[in-house]
Amino acid sequence: MMDLPNTYRSGPDERGHFGIYGGRYVAETLMPLILELEQAYNAASQDPVFADEFRYYLKHYVGRPSPLYYAQRLSDSLGGAKIYFKRDELLHTGAHKINNTLGQILLARRMGKTRIIAETGAGQHGVATATVCALFGIDCVIYMGATDIERQSPNVFRMKLLGAEVRPVTSGTGTLKDAMNEALRDWVANVGDTYYLIGTVAGPHPYPRMVRDFQSIIGVEAREQIVAAEGRLPDLLVACIGGGSNAIGLFAPFLDDSSVRMVGVEAGGRGIPSGEHCSSLSAGAPGVLHGNRTYLLYDDDGQIRDGHSIAAGLDYPGVGPEHAWLRDSGRVEYVAVSDDAAIEAFQLCSRTEGIIPALEPSHALAYVSHIAGGMAKDEIVVMNLCGRGDKDVFTVARVLGIEL
Amino acid sequence: MREGGRIGRRFASLRQQRRAGLVTFVTAGDPDLATSIDIMRRLPAAGADIIELGMPFSDPMADGPIIQAASERALRAGQTMRRTLDMVAAFRQEDAETPIVLMGYFNPVYVYGTARFLFAAKKAGVDGLILVDLPPEEAEEVVGPARNAGIDLIFLVAPTTGDERLPLVVKHASGFVYYVSITGITGTASAALVDVTHAVERIRAHSPLPVAVGFGIKSPGQARAIGSTADAAVVGSAIVAKIADHLDAKGAPRPDLVDVVASFVGSLAEGVHAARPRRGPV
Ligand SMILES: Cc1ncc(COP(=O)(O)O)c(C=O)c1O
Repeated sequence: MMDLPNTYRSGPDERGHFGIYGGRYVAETLMPLILELEQAYNAASQDPVFADEFRYYLKHYVGRPSPLYYAQRLSDSLGGAKIYFKRDELLHTGAHKINNTLGQILLARRMGKTRIIAETGAGQHGVATATVCALFGIDCVIYMGATDIERQSPNVFRMKLLGAEVRPVTSGTGTLKDAMNEALRDWVANVGDTYYLIGTVAGPHPYPRMVRDFQSIIGVEAREQIVAAEGRLPDLLVACIGGGSNAIGLFAPFLDDSSVRMVGVEAGGRGIPSGEHCSSLSAGAPGVLHGNRTYLLYDDDGQIRDGHSIAAGLDYPGVGPEHAWLRDSGRVEYVAVSDDAAIEAFQLCSRTEGIIPALEPSHALAYVSHIAGGMAKDEIVVMNLCGRGDKDVFTVARVLGIEL
Repeated sequence: MREGGRIGRRFASLRQQRRAGLVTFVTAGDPDLATSIDIMRRLPAAGADIIELGMPFSDPMADGPIIQAASERALRAGQTMRRTLDMVAAFRQEDAETPIVLMGYFNPVYVYGTARFLFAAKKAGVDGLILVDLPPEEAEEVVGPARNAGIDLIFLVAPTTGDERLPLVVKHASGFVYYVSITGITGTASAALVDVTHAVERIRAHSPLPVAVGFGIKSPGQARAIGSTADAAVVGSAIVAKIADHLDAKGAPRPDLVDVVASFVGSLAEGVHAARPRRGPV
């Protein structure tokens, strides 16, 4: 039996470990940079001026707080629990990603960095990064897998409009993990002026902690809003898991409330048995990649396997280390939802609520619609509707066999 | 450094000969297992003092395009960790003295089982291990098993490693210290000699171990220059590029590939051997 901690909110330790997960598995060249970043972040996170600046832009530029909306028609049609959406899809750039890019660009400015690099898969993090770089007039280079560039061309154009340079990555399989490798290579070669702006709660310490802290605004708001609306905490929180940033952002402020269940929904792709999925927590095993130990998808020889998901933003063979730890400790449950179920939920949400969700949170919604009917009518579910679906209409049309 | 080990003995012998050493890097299984074994067998006679063997990985974050491509070729040809160890064991049948250092990334070792892997590696005839993405902060779980297995764990020092970090980096180091002479990935820029000399002196102030310098050494002339300041020069991408250049359109090795690699290593060795170290290796 594992020892249960008295709090789930104390991690990571000073070396960046969540239990056996996390850490700083990077080349020596980067190690001093990561230590410098950690110091800078520690200082910023205790500086009220930094907090004020972050809050100012969140409110006036990003559009926070986002509403917590009671999805009544959906709840009624499922015939069980009351379902609330935390509507981060209404934020500037259309997803939660901007909470993090804003926080990190303010930090990069404080550190005197003049060049930003980032990796992107679906292009959402790339767009959110290019956006804040345009806002502050900082050079921006986005690494994106050649395969992803092809399937996400509208976002590529958006990034270019915003003044970013998009560099195609052809190494490996030309997807998100390869873009991350390439960004790390760039960073190693440009240690003086460059800030690496990671898009999720993965990578070496302090990224998992820092990105969680910036995204925790989601849960902080949701907690206040649900108490205001219902006079109590929710029974269940649900969020989709790519690297895990929107999920940890919602979960973090509730982790010590034992009455609140939490479920993270991974991309089940074409089904776990098919091997074509991105369910590293449900079907992977611990390993070391991109600076941290966490659950990963790899073959018998430790070679990283490429995942598959209809949602490009979930298409990553790893997951943030804090989720690995929350899984092992049993505090959060992790489930997998298939491409087909996500597509169905995408349509359901569009028709019953007039909200076209991104394919990523459609995974969370598929899980909610699966279980809500079996819950009591006075039970409360909060789901993170972390992105809007404009970027996905071409993909969904193709799946549904409709030519645009 | 393990006094009784091959790495220690090799550096002692280099010191006696008053010359620097040549460390050659190739990726195990590149372009295929049979050719890779042939290349490995030719290296000592061609002038390699220490053989560094890359363990191919799907995500070689610290490597440039040349070694990335080598990793991909090897994996496509079916290379595995087990096969890499088998290659070493086959090599050891004929060569009992040339030190072999495995270099790679942590995940395949971790997945194999760190202690299990180190024992299997020792049994196959491996002498040292470099894990690029294992900084001293995370090394504890490998240091003990490496010591138990009798394998030198070799750490990297970079230009960004300040004096305050050096004691930590060399604390668990054995075999030699590997100085990464550029801030960058393998096979790209080359460092200025004065900077390398200064860095080597800095490292020597903190560690009695020999210092090998790598990343960016491409020609016999550069190898000679590094050999005049460090205990050994490491050449990787330039050798691997010869392999890539001597594949046919289908990726199969041309008949002259092994000879070309051996003769290039010969010219590098001449360069290194012509250098007179300013300070004899310890
Ligand atoms: C809308 C949306 N949701 C979720 C994700 C997955 O990332 P994370 O798990 O870090 O929230 C992405 C990533 O691009 C996204 O664009």
